[in-house]
Amino acid sequence: MSVVKFIIDGVECIAEKGEYLLQAARQNGIYIPSLCHLEGYKPRGSCRICNVKVNGRLMTACTTPVADGMDIENDTPELRDIRTAILEILFVEGNHFCPACERSGNCELQAQIYRHQIMAPRFPFQFPDRDVDASHPNILKDYNRCILCKRCIRAIKDENGKSFFAFKKRSHKVEISMDPTMKENLTEELAQRAMEVCPVGALLRKEKGYDTPIGKRKYDKQPIGSEIETAK
Amino acid sequence: MGKKITIEPVTRVEGHGKVTIHLDDNGNVTETRLHIVEFRGFERFVQGRPYWEMPVLVQRLCGICPVSHHLAAAKALDVIVGAPQLSAVGEKMRRLMHYGQIFQSHALHFFHLASPDLLFGIGGDPLKRNVIGVALEHKDLATMGVLMRKFGQEIIQVTAGKKIHGTGAIPGGINKNLSIEERDRFLVGKPGYNIDQMIEWSQAALEFFKSYHAEHRAFIDHFAEFPSSHLSLVREDGALDLYHGVLRAVDANGKRILDDVDYQNYLDYISEEVRSWSYMKFPYLREFGKKEGWYRVGPLARLNTCDFIPTPLAQQEFETFRAYTHGKPNNMSMHMHWARLIETLHAAEVMRDLLNDPDLQNEDLVVKGKKTNEGVGLIEAPRGTLFHHYKINENDQIEMANLIVSTTNNNQPMNVAVEQVAKEMISGQKEVTEGMLNAVEVAIRAYDPCLSCATHAMGQMPLEISLYDANDQLIDRKMSH
Repeated sequence: MSVVKFIIDGVECIAEKGEYLLQAARQNGIYIPSLCHLEGYKPRGSCRICNVKVNGRLMTACTTPVADGMDIENDTPELRDIRTAILEILFVEGNHFCPACERSGNCELQAQIYRHQIMAPRFPFQFPDRDVDASHPNILKDYNRCILCKRCIRAIKDENGKSFFAFKKRSHKVEISMDPTMKENLTEELAQRAMEVCPVGALLRKEKGYDTPIGKRKYDKQPIGSEIETAK
Repeated sequence: MGKKITIEPVTRVEGHGKVTIHLDDNGNVTETRLHIVEFRGFERFVQGRPYWEMPVLVQRLCGICPVSHHLAAAKALDVIVGAPQLSAVGEKMRRLMHYGQIFQSHALHFFHLASPDLLFGIGGDPLKRNVIGVALEHKDLATMGVLMRKFGQEIIQVTAGKKIHGTGAIPGGINKNLSIEERDRFLVGKPGYNIDQMIEWSQAALEFFKSYHAEHRAFIDHFAEFPSSHLSLVREDGALDLYHGVLRAVDANGKRILDDVDYQNYLDYISEEVRSWSYMKFPYLREFGKKEGWYRVGPLARLNTCDFIPTPLAQQEFETFRAYTHGKPNNMSMHMHWARLIETLHAAEVMRDLLNDPDLQNEDLVVKGKKTNEGVGLIEAPRGTLFHHYKINENDQIEMANLIVSTTNNNQPMNVAVEQVAKEMISGQKEVTEGMLNAVEVAIRAYDPCLSCATHAMGQMPLEISLYDANDQLIDRKMSH
């Protein structure tokens, strides 16, 4: 296994060849923000908030394999602004009402917005008219909150490797749907896993909620990414 | 030519409202109305949301007593998840949260909102007659008010997770118990800041009121006094209980007109009337109709309906309170302050007992039973009886929500109080002074209305008074800030 050397924001880093940049940075104690990325699953590069500049060019860190001699910009005003803009777009494009959301405190979108210190979005709220699908006995889909990261499509599969979830419709109407022939096989355990992989509150377990007290939720005490930075 | 006075906005109340006073050609008051000009819509937009979201969602109605909405919704959902009887720790943690809420809200009302009228007089200089004036000239009283409020808020924090808009109560129970460290912050605390100090200060506030009463008997006894029915929850044995019980109402003479009924059937006894000039509905007891069926809720009503208070110090005060009206219901609006302070003392005693209860360290936080599709949750909020009623569909989504908020129950009584005071203070006067208009506000303030949650709000916080002539021409308008 060969080792490659590269630089992130002037800091020399090493990683195994073939490693994706996002992971390689984290192994070196450098946090590159991400949302659609899910550890252990093939990257999609769909949310774009892990944008970095590699030798002067914008690239998504989750889909770019690291190579010897790369000079990477990560935490710069320009990149912070790009990421902030993307987060703001994600926020205004759906209906994200944190105050009553079950995922508040455990939500990665909310945590990124706190980390990037976004007080108000620069774009107008769209307030789209979206629905809630509560027809499944184990899982509830709240389309108001879905950011189309495809994590559920990639992670929730049956024993043959077939996904329970898929995109349906086109353009701004795209939404997550469940394969009608597989619905009945979505067990409580899979529903729990689906809720855990969802970065926001778009997939929720039925009849469960708010059972983690405030103060004990994932991002109550530390901002997202700080576990990587403090491990440095 | 007649006139119409508008007081807008009414100040030192929660929410936005205005008063209009119509005068005839001789300057006599012909009609007075308290208008609630805010609009909410919670009952509609919660439809379709999953039921378990309700306690966290509907509490956003208010930032003053969100705990009341949080708990009333949770109680209705306890019925839906088949767990009307919670575990000991579930019920006691909720009770602690609720009595912390009562304690802080009552302290807020008495010290921050009401005391300026008592300390500086109804017609006192408006620049001084506010909480800053109290802080500058009556430092001890102001400090007491601030710290009592802080104590109640911190009780809410350890039970609900946050001082405002927490998540503690979940259908069928609670999401945390009370750790020994959390308990000792209140039980032992530090000098000048623990539960014993709170009991002492509650007594001191009562003494302050009682000596004020002794000096201003005519004002406290007769200002906005009128006969009415009174309604509240009481414990099954007739004790004062602000968390749970059966519905009881008495008329102005003490005759029981609603006899300890199960509140799951509240719609059999209570209905609401809509009037075109206000966003706030007018509830009434069905049996007595729209005209005669109105009633008062809140501290005064609760002390009129209950038979006793189950904590010793508050019971002693209750006996004096009851003896003042020879055991008959107390119909004096300004005695609402007296009743509120007795409840404040009671809340402090209840908190002390709960903090000493080892059940609060139990681990069996949630219970579940056989699910139903409908539930009603009632609680005695600081301002009175609060009703939450939900129906869910087969997919666990809210299909119907009905909220009758404490202040809504006091709509007609506040209108009666306002009219009476306007007639007494303004009728036939050549000039309408700021003091006279404040008198109208004092009558409203006694009910500690929370106008924003009572209307199902758009608009600013403060109340406004206008003066119109018989042709509806605006003559004068006074805004208080």
